Amino acid sequence: MKSAVIVFPGSNCDRDAHDAIERVTGEKPAMVWHQESELPEGTEFVMIPGGFSYGDYLRCGAMASRSAILPAVVAHAATGAPVLGVCNGFQILTESGLLPGALMRNAGLTFVCEKAPLKIDNGNTRFTSRYGATSELIIPIAHHDGNYFADAETLDRIEGEGQVVFRYGNNPNGSQRDIAGVMNEQGNVLGMMPHPERAVDEKHGGTDGLALFESLLGSA
Amino acid sequence: MKAKIHVYLKPGVLDPQGAAVAGALHNMGYEEVTAARQGKLIELDLTGDDADAAKARVDEMCQKLLSNPVIESYSIDIA
Repeated sequence: MKSAVIVFPGSNCDRDAHDAIERVTGEKPAMVWHQESELPEGTEFVMIPGGFSYGDYLRCGAMASRSAILPAVVAHAATGAPVLGVCNGFQILTESGLLPGALMRNAGLTFVCEKAPLKIDNGNTRFTSRYGATSELIIPIAHHDGNYFADAETLDRIEGEGQVVFRYGNNPNGSQRDIAGVMNEQGNVLGMMPHPERAVDEKHGGTDGLALFESLLGSA
Repeated sequence: MKAKIHVYLKPGVLDPQGAAVAGALHNMGYEEVTAARQGKLIELDLTGDDADAAKARVDEMCQKLLSNPVIESYSIDIA
């Protein structure tokens, strides 16, 4: 599967994303600068990595979600192709309207950087199918603005539709209903604060992120 | 012309920074403070002299970039 990683000024997980994708697919993803207006020909999977795009100015992800490449990502998502946003990538996906809700300052006001226990809330998605019977994961988190907010009506709706994919075992940031990862109604766009690309090698301290990329990218 | 835009969190949206400010003011002895909400003030310098037209354009800017309608409201003053 041909993949692309979008790179913004201030992205800092783009290389981790690159390496995780290469590990699973054996192919290097294209690194696409935010000022491009098109994805490379034949791109199937798009990843929006973590970081602090545009210095988190105005709101996290606000500037990046209005950058030149985003219309191409939105159009790509509309074709049903898979899109994954991690951390700042999740913020960019909510700011762009591809995912419901918003990510606010952590309730405890501090940056949290730790290994977070997660529960898979929906194992029947293109992002989680390879987890099999596994329902609890440890994936690192590192963010200051991961406090997921949506109004009660939206929360009820996304829970009812199975769009909540991951929840925190031990809510680190005040997220409504412990939500750590959400997908769109069509099930092809996922945003999550935890970093699966930082858990794909024993040297990372764990490999619980690997099955997410394997679910998506379909290799062993 | 100048536009002043106040962006603030909608009622009902928890504001941890505002809560921390209120807590700090309490610690300093300002017990009359019952709540604090923290927002943003954005000033724009604009060309043109039609205030109504400017306000309509700034409103569009607020909807497209300067505020996030999921969590924020805004008000615009043109002067």
